[in-house]
Amino acid sequence: MADHKDAIKENSMIIQKEMLAKQFKDLSMATELGKKVVYTFVPGNLTELILSFDMLPVYPEINALQSGMRKKSAEYIRDAEKIGFSEDVCTYVKCDIGMMLNGNIGPTGEKIPPPDLLLLSYTGCFTFLKWFENLERLYPGVPVAMLHTPYQEDGIMTEDQINYMVKQLKEEVIPKMEQVSGQKYDHERLAKMMENSAKAEDLLVKILESAKNVPSPIDAYFAGVYYIGPIFTAFRGTQDAVDYYTELWNEVQERMRLGLGPVTPEGEIKEEKFRLVVEGPPNWTNFREFWKIFYDMGAVIVASSYTKVGGVYDLGFRHDPKEPLESLSKYCMGVYTNMNLPQRVDMLEKYVKDYKADGFLINSIKSCNSFSAGQLMIMREIEQRASVPVGFIESDLVDPRYFSYANIKNRLESYFQMLEQRKIILKQEETTV
Amino acid sequence: MKSLEQILSECEETAFDLNFKLAKKWKSEEATRVIVGYLPTYIPREIIHAANGISVGIMGTGDRKQIIKGDAYYQSYICHLPRGIIEMALDTNLDGFDGFLFPAICDCVRNLSGMFKLSKKGQFQRYFDYPQNFESSIGGKFYIQELEKVLDDIFKINGVRVTAKALNHSIGLYNVNRQLIEKIYDIRQTSPWKLSAVEMYHILRAGQCMPVEEHNEILEQVFTHLQNERGEPMDNIRVVVSGSFCEQPPIGLIKSIELAGCYIVDDDFMLGSRFIQGDIKNNSEDPLHALSEAYIHQSTFSSSYYDVGNPKGKRLVKLARERQSDGIIFCAASFCDPALLDRPELQKEADAAGIPHINFQFHENTGQFKIIKEQAGTFSDSIKLWA
Repeated sequence: MADHKDAIKENSMIIQKEMLAKQFKDLSMATELGKKVVYTFVPGNLTELILSFDMLPVYPEINALQSGMRKKSAEYIRDAEKIGFSEDVCTYVKCDIGMMLNGNIGPTGEKIPPPDLLLLSYTGCFTFLKWFENLERLYPGVPVAMLHTPYQEDGIMTEDQINYMVKQLKEEVIPKMEQVSGQKYDHERLAKMMENSAKAEDLLVKILESAKNVPSPIDAYFAGVYYIGPIFTAFRGTQDAVDYYTELWNEVQERMRLGLGPVTPEGEIKEEKFRLVVEGPPNWTNFREFWKIFYDMGAVIVASSYTKVGGVYDLGFRHDPKEPLESLSKYCMGVYTNMNLPQRVDMLEKYVKDYKADGFLINSIKSCNSFSAGQLMIMREIEQRASVPVGFIESDLVDPRYFSYANIKNRLESYFQMLEQRKIILKQEETTV
Repeated sequence: MKSLEQILSECEETAFDLNFKLAKKWKSEEATRVIVGYLPTYIPREIIHAANGISVGIMGTGDRKQIIKGDAYYQSYICHLPRGIIEMALDTNLDGFDGFLFPAICDCVRNLSGMFKLSKKGQFQRYFDYPQNFESSIGGKFYIQELEKVLDDIFKINGVRVTAKALNHSIGLYNVNRQLIEKIYDIRQTSPWKLSAVEMYHILRAGQCMPVEEHNEILEQVFTHLQNERGEPMDNIRVVVSGSFCEQPPIGLIKSIELAGCYIVDDDFMLGSRFIQGDIKNNSEDPLHALSEAYIHQSTFSSSYYDVGNPKGKRLVKLARERQSDGIIFCAASFCDPALLDRPELQKEADAAGIPHINFQFHENTGQFKIIKEQAGTFSDSIKLWA
């Protein structure tokens, strides 16, 4: 098992910690600050719109993963199961409901206030519907704004779909936000925020694509979800987000200049042995142990799908100040979990090739059908199209009962041996030619 | 007229014909006919009928087909239904189907649509996205666009442009279909011994694999037969079964509930056939709009549909009361997120209404029913003794 020394941190990580601490502080003092609170989801979030009404967003799945990292999720899940939730269902939901049953204490130890608005921007995950139906009953009387994001069935966004989304925003979501916040919708303010969004998106893409370098200066999965991505969701549209990503991009450039590998909790990886593309969310209950298995073996994740549930900016999308509502609609429809399977396969294949990956790995999550259903077919497709060895491990989001360290380590060690072997063979073939 | 026993026997055979011979025979009789397979729960079959097609419900393999290849496509923690369907797609069961529709009911069915796309099974594989906005001018409009996409898919295959007249005619046939089904359910409510839940199940499931005209004839005949006495009333309790709207329980499970002393007076087994409640306007100049209005305003409840403002717990309690049910059996497929995430709230509503309930989970190929029978039997006894 991994030991738990204090993690080594870059400046950007410290800034992120401060930003998040302030966010949770503001949430705990929402009433005093006169701020209304909106519960919503990460995929297809409407952060700029929420912030344009001076409301504070709360992301229940982020609370759940934070509970997982703080070793609280086992207790929360157990409490949710006690009131009738099946062992089979999404553990984010059970963890979130368990957290509410236990006083709704957030990751900083401060109480997260109840919602003034439940914004169900339902994108790419059916469980979101069920989650908010449950929340609506736990917080009776709280208004619910529903934004149904059409699935990219044909792998495209049609004008009809965009119009449907915009109509919902105008006639369902914005009126409820106006009613709750007591403020009128401010188109100019939203547009201005989107200028900041686009700037931060440019920087985020540069940071993620820095992993095309050999060695990669970042880990695009573990670090991607740990300090590169999270700020993006909650702060998109703010100057703070632009400043944060400017700082992070400077750090990454410096790492590239020095030829350094990614920062891990135990310092930077000295030798990049394997470059991987990973599909699926990580396990949060044993996040550091899980990551350690990789960095101990010199494995760097150069691209991942989970960091794209908040948007696929590297495929070209940017929030557009010229058409804020249309842009929010396209953003929601474009996120990874709203892409159909052929699109997902195309994207992952492109990652394997563009990022010069040695292998493709799936971390299949026991309680997440949105990701897990179809993953074995994705794996076959990538193996055939990209001709790289594929690996498959299983864990869960926040239920520690489904994280088996020994099993995962065994499987990964075998997988890395296979990659090693393949490298030797490829090298021999090159020499022969 | 055929005897009831003969009708029931034929329905049983058709319901579990995983090669869909009736539908394939129907298609072979005319060049422009098409077969469109659809997954649970609901598809407005009227549009397929009007486009000279037959809609075939692909309700899973149940315990009738050994899954070998399908298991290689799904992890153990994913429900059973899609692995059986992939098995059928990889075998020859679905050969001859022109297209497939995957209703927007859950992430598994949604991603299965992508697997069919990747496999290029059929000439189209469409995820049918239901609006979760129930305003006619917003969600209703979106729904019409979804219907038009399906019509375009079929047009590309057979060149049939659907007219308002043809669609109104189809709507009329399905109105009759739903009316007859409800009439038979009503008979089963007053005299559940006349037709068992298993027999009813076979009749409804068979109806998803044959032309609606033939099914209407069958339903007419069953209804006529049920005007006569059949069977003997027993000292059973009356239950509503809820939670099996997608993956279907094996027949042995339904039989076990009945043998344990429960009359199933309502259920959601073949929910698609009963999804729209009441008639759909069939003399409209814009029948797509009529279908859309029916979806928006006349749908029943299910775990796959957003229900804020019209909570399904209250609707389930209302149904149980209307059916004079003694209890509710929550019977959901393992790993079915929609049904299982609804269960605590539904149970809470049942508790608040003073309706006893039990719950269990199943796979479509569950083979052991002893525990379920004991559980249902104890439930029945407890209600008879103490309710």
